[in-house]
Amino acid sequence: MTPRRNTFVMIAVVLVCMTSLAIVASAAEKPQSSGSGRVPMPVISPGQGDSCVEDTDFMRRNHMLVLKHQRDQTMHEGIRSKKYSLKECVTCHAVPGPDSRPVTTSSPQHFCRSCHDYAAVSIDCFQCHASRPDPDVLPSGHAPSSTSPDGPVAEGIE
Amino acid sequence: MKRIIYSEIDGNSKPFYALAALLGAFVLAALASAFYMEHYGHYVTGMNNQVVWGMPHVFAFFLIIASSGALNVASIGTVFGKKIYKPLGRLSGLLAIALLLGGLTILVLDLGRPDRLIVAMLNYNFKSIFAWNIFLYVGFIAVIALYVWLQMERRMNRFARLAGTLAFFWRLVLTTGTGSILGFLVAREAYDSAIMAPLFIAMSFSFGLAAYLLVLMAICRGTGRELGDTVILRMGRLLGVFVGSVLYLTAIQHLANIYAAQHAGVERFILLDGGIFTSLFWIGQVFIGGLLPLLLVYRTPKQNLQRGVAIASALVIAGGFAQLYVLIVGGQSYPLNLFPGMEVSSSFFDGAVATYAPSLPEVGLGLGGVALAGLIILVGIKVLRFLPTTLANAAIDPHHEVTTGRP
Amino acid sequence: MSRKTDNTQTQESPDFDPQRRSFLGAMATAAGLTLAPGVILYSITKSQPTEARELYAAVSSDVRWGMLIDLGRCESGCDDCVSACAKENGLRGHGRPTTDAQWIRKVDIKDPQTGNSKSLPMLCQHCENPPCVDVCPTGASFKRADGIVLVDKHTCIGCRYCMMACPYKARSFVHEVLEDQKSFAPRGKGTVESCTLCVHRIDSDRLPACVEACSDTGGGAMLFGDLNNPDSEISKRVAKYASQQIRADLGLKPGIRYRNL
Repeated sequence: MTPRRNTFVMIAVVLVCMTSLAIVASAAEKPQSSGSGRVPMPVISPGQGDSCVEDTDFMRRNHMLVLKHQRDQTMHEGIRSKKYSLKECVTCHAVPGPDSRPVTTSSPQHFCRSCHDYAAVSIDCFQCHASRPDPDVLPSGHAPSSTSPDGPVAEGIE
Repeated sequence: MKRIIYSEIDGNSKPFYALAALLGAFVLAALASAFYMEHYGHYVTGMNNQVVWGMPHVFAFFLIIASSGALNVASIGTVFGKKIYKPLGRLSGLLAIALLLGGLTILVLDLGRPDRLIVAMLNYNFKSIFAWNIFLYVGFIAVIALYVWLQMERRMNRFARLAGTLAFFWRLVLTTGTGSILGFLVAREAYDSAIMAPLFIAMSFSFGLAAYLLVLMAICRGTGRELGDTVILRMGRLLGVFVGSVLYLTAIQHLANIYAAQHAGVERFILLDGGIFTSLFWIGQVFIGGLLPLLLVYRTPKQNLQRGVAIASALVIAGGFAQLYVLIVGGQSYPLNLFPGMEVSSSFFDGAVATYAPSLPEVGLGLGGVALAGLIILVGIKVLRFLPTTLANAAIDPHHEVTTGRP
Repeated sequence: MSRKTDNTQTQESPDFDPQRRSFLGAMATAAGLTLAPGVILYSITKSQPTEARELYAAVSSDVRWGMLIDLGRCESGCDDCVSACAKENGLRGHGRPTTDAQWIRKVDIKDPQTGNSKSLPMLCQHCENPPCVDVCPTGASFKRADGIVLVDKHTCIGCRYCMMACPYKARSFVHEVLEDQKSFAPRGKGTVESCTLCVHRIDSDRLPACVEACSDTGGGAMLFGDLNNPDSEISKRVAKYASQQIRADLGLKPGIRYRNL
């Protein structure tokens, strides 16, 4: 075969492989929320209070930017504002566990893990940060709710 | 002098594949070691809060220093115009890149957070000599690649001298930087010294040439290429000069420290009562790495020249490892002197000589770096034309006809 | 471009250049994509209510935190400061003294010529010219404006060069996987850490844990305060009584001073 023909054959083979892969992939079942598909949809437990600090759509897209900006402000400038504090996120979004304390990231029900496992994006925040609030902490209540008190957090924790 | 022809090696013999497989196995072992260290944390190694840099760093520093010196051979040919070294230039570039990549791989895999390499590449603190070194190492790879290409592309050969000069000065800055990593540490008595930079430059010349000689002789023996005595004699004598300069600068380093009373403690430790460090210094660094090779390169009879130079090179490398171990581990083992004249004790080992024992993952990681360098060389000489077909006296020695009267 | 290098004019150039138009369009898209995250971030910071900025103002160099430790009151057997620090920051020993973290330690010194012995707490000295900050390749080791030297563990790559550079051996490397950290003291495997001067407490106007423990149950040897404020207790005391810095010859100007050394 001439080199030109070889090239065409190679291109054709690659195209056929990729097309068949695409057909196979698209024919796979869409994920089911109950876990009967390949990857179960995340079961995102609602946080405390009526709403998050920003609306869901904004948070979905930008929570990583928000956290990154906040961490630099806290570390380098000592600004510990509650609105975007990681500690507050962890406190509000704590998921109760079997031993009456919230779960840590070792459990797939952890709020951050449930989405991040599904999206297959690994995060290393909780290699250093605590993934559940300290035992005697209550959320600071940035939005009024019946379950969390308004006002400053418990003494001793900041 | 005839025109030099370069060729790849055939590279399809059993010994070649066996060697490649062996080196590959060592590289895999290094990756396994790195994974083990990263997964469980560094407590599985011998490094601790007192001796924070250990065997991996001894290997890495050696490879990086040798890489800088390996390019010397090409520089002598291109920059200083010694014709007999010209055929050796391409292999010199390949060896430099291979050794550097091996050393950098060890360093990166030993990091506490190797997954943060991107962070290291994007955030620089330019007050840190370490940050400058990262720039210099990566840039050096690019400079060598350019230099080798200019040598290989015959139409661009006239620019090779420019690239060679750039590479030469880059090397000096890079090795000065490497020495300054230790030399700028005011806190440690063993390091705080301006002589670190020139000492490392001398070490780079010595280790680099020794590594080059061994690799060249091994390749020529393995592929059946003729290797003339003239070029080996020249390089062997040069190695002797470099070994001598390392011995001289080491002597100055220690003498100067002894005279400064505040550093007398660490000198006593290294030179007299440091146990393993004292043995490694006198027997490993001075005798095996210094005096013996000098004897060999100047006293070997002509018929055994190549064997003598090969043994001398191996001894220089062994002595180099000993020197770096004494420098890196010994320098850290000596306690920091916070309260001059006082006896000190604490739960954090203040005042006590630190204990360090190399662990298997550390040695595995270090050897893997060396094996990676070897693999890169193996693949390089098979794929591209780094090697001259012959290095016989008649082919490359410009004075061959004059001295022997034979064509 | 429709122009050629030779002199023949092949055709009339059109009224607009399609390639140039698409190039400009691509550049505009790229610029927009580059600027968008910045615009989002900017609008995030702008959207914070004004009270938050005043309440949570950035720290400034008007303040310089420091400590004065009176060794006349520091007893040899007492290690309340060490236990308080460990409890506050969640430092747990793993039975491996060479690799376990220690942010503060008691050092016993004895003068062999006179037999006189003392005990002192050794911690990060929070220098004004910290060598650990100079040598950190990524800038993770940094000095805050108010003088506290910290490790930004988001950026730390764990190279341990700062540990080599510290004259006081103040830094520790985390050698194992950690769990159940305190929420105000994040620490993790593979990063370097040291005494933070309890920055989480200082930022809410409290004392470091070691100082509090020393005054509660220890010898009352540690005094914490603002060295830049001439009216603070610590400034008055260092002006009145002679105090020293350890390894002052290095010119690092530590914020921790010792009395009766």
